[in-house]
Amino acid sequence: MAESSEVKVLGTWPSPFVMRARIALNIKQVNYAFLEEDLGAKSELLLKSNPVHKKVPVLINGDKPICESLIIVQYIDDVWSSAPSILPSDPYDQAIARFWAAYLDEKWFPALKGILFAEGEDAKKALVDQVVEALMLVEEAFGKCSKGKPFFGGDQIGYVDIAFGCFLGLIRVIEKFNDIKLLYQAKTPELVKWAERFCQHPAVNGVMPETEELAELAKILIVKMRAANPPKS
Amino acid sequence: MASKVVKKGVKLIGAWDSPFGKRVEWALKLKGIDYDYVEEDLPKKSPLLLQLNPVYKKVPVLVHHQKPIAESLIILQYIDDTWKHNPNFLPLDPHGRATARFWAQFSDDKVLRTTMTAMCSEGEKKEEAVKSVRTAMEYIEGELNKEGKKFFGGEDSIGYLDIAIGWISHWLPVWEEVGSMTILDPIKFPAITAWTANFTSHPVIKHSLPPHDKMLVSFHRLRKVLAPMFT
Repeated sequence: MAESSEVKVLGTWPSPFVMRARIALNIKQVNYAFLEEDLGAKSELLLKSNPVHKKVPVLINGDKPICESLIIVQYIDDVWSSAPSILPSDPYDQAIARFWAAYLDEKWFPALKGILFAEGEDAKKALVDQVVEALMLVEEAFGKCSKGKPFFGGDQIGYVDIAFGCFLGLIRVIEKFNDIKLLYQAKTPELVKWAERFCQHPAVNGVMPETEELAELAKILIVKMRAANPPKS
Repeated sequence: MASKVVKKGVKLIGAWDSPFGKRVEWALKLKGIDYDYVEEDLPKKSPLLLQLNPVYKKVPVLVHHQKPIAESLIILQYIDDTWKHNPNFLPLDPHGRATARFWAQFSDDKVLRTTMTAMCSEGEKKEEAVKSVRTAMEYIEGELNKEGKKFFGGEDSIGYLDIAIGWISHWLPVWEEVGSMTILDPIKFPAITAWTANFTSHPVIKHSLPPHDKMLVSFHRLRKVLAPMFT
């Protein structure tokens, strides 16, 4: 078992990507030190550990830094291989899990983020529709991956659960701010039930931020973003 | 509608000039895997492609035991995991695997996509993109120097990252010409230049490279189509 000084996660409490690393470590029951970064004044350790992107999360195992949240999750699965598996064992199921995680990051998340900073109702509506349609694809994927079990990973939380579940806080904040529904019964009933199970899972409930706290932070971020990028006249 | 008879258990749907499809071809050939190849007549998308890759509607798609897998880097890992014999593309140690994945993702995001942007845009936008690509390539150059071997996979072995950046060896010169730009300066990037020569002279790679002049035509055409999106 790793000593807590050996495994570190550099991150911030609101970041969904950081949450992925922490959930993965929790599933493996690995003790780690969580080092909260101030992204306005990044630590020497962060800049040294992730010189390319200078972003969180970074996992540091002994003296080795690993960057990029999904790569970190796969690394954790590879290193602590005796504990519950995060990726499926079958290569085809693994490929499908990787596919959906990549889809979420490359296609779905930019649209979700876009809603938060969208200017104008039309732009916002287009993004909302995009997000909901994509979630319906994910609902279908859930059916195929879970095969009737509680999680994408089956009986246990797996790769896609982690990749997607980390965004639940952000989804709720965006719904609240914009008075819209993104993840809801009428369109994605299975995902609604899955979300509840995910949030209650012991590997998750200690690291999922409270919606209220996240909402307060989002307000500050939006103001900052708008100040930095004033709307084009 | 005539159905395609699956002669072998493995089928690759690709396009002759696609750098992404070529990755999968290289992987299959390096492992000595027998496969059927189906050429997509892009930009038209066949009913087969739309059925096999409904989410992205893109090549390549690998079909194995009638199950489709999309996204070239994901397909690479699938091939490595399914046919476990040599060559193993990803290293066996977890940190090595994470490193290879990191640089493959980095090079797709910061080198390949940005080169496309540079190729399809003009003026200041083009200049910025070229500058950005060169900066990103410095990291790849650095990593190659660190390894100090012929390939990222080893002295004789083509690995995951080599396959992922393989496009640099043969597509980049075409894109430089089509986009009227210079990116891979041999003086600034001696390691990548040497790696390119080694990669393209590898017996499996050598015989798989599409003709340069045909590629010029197809990428000039692509540039015309994409250019409006980059103004």
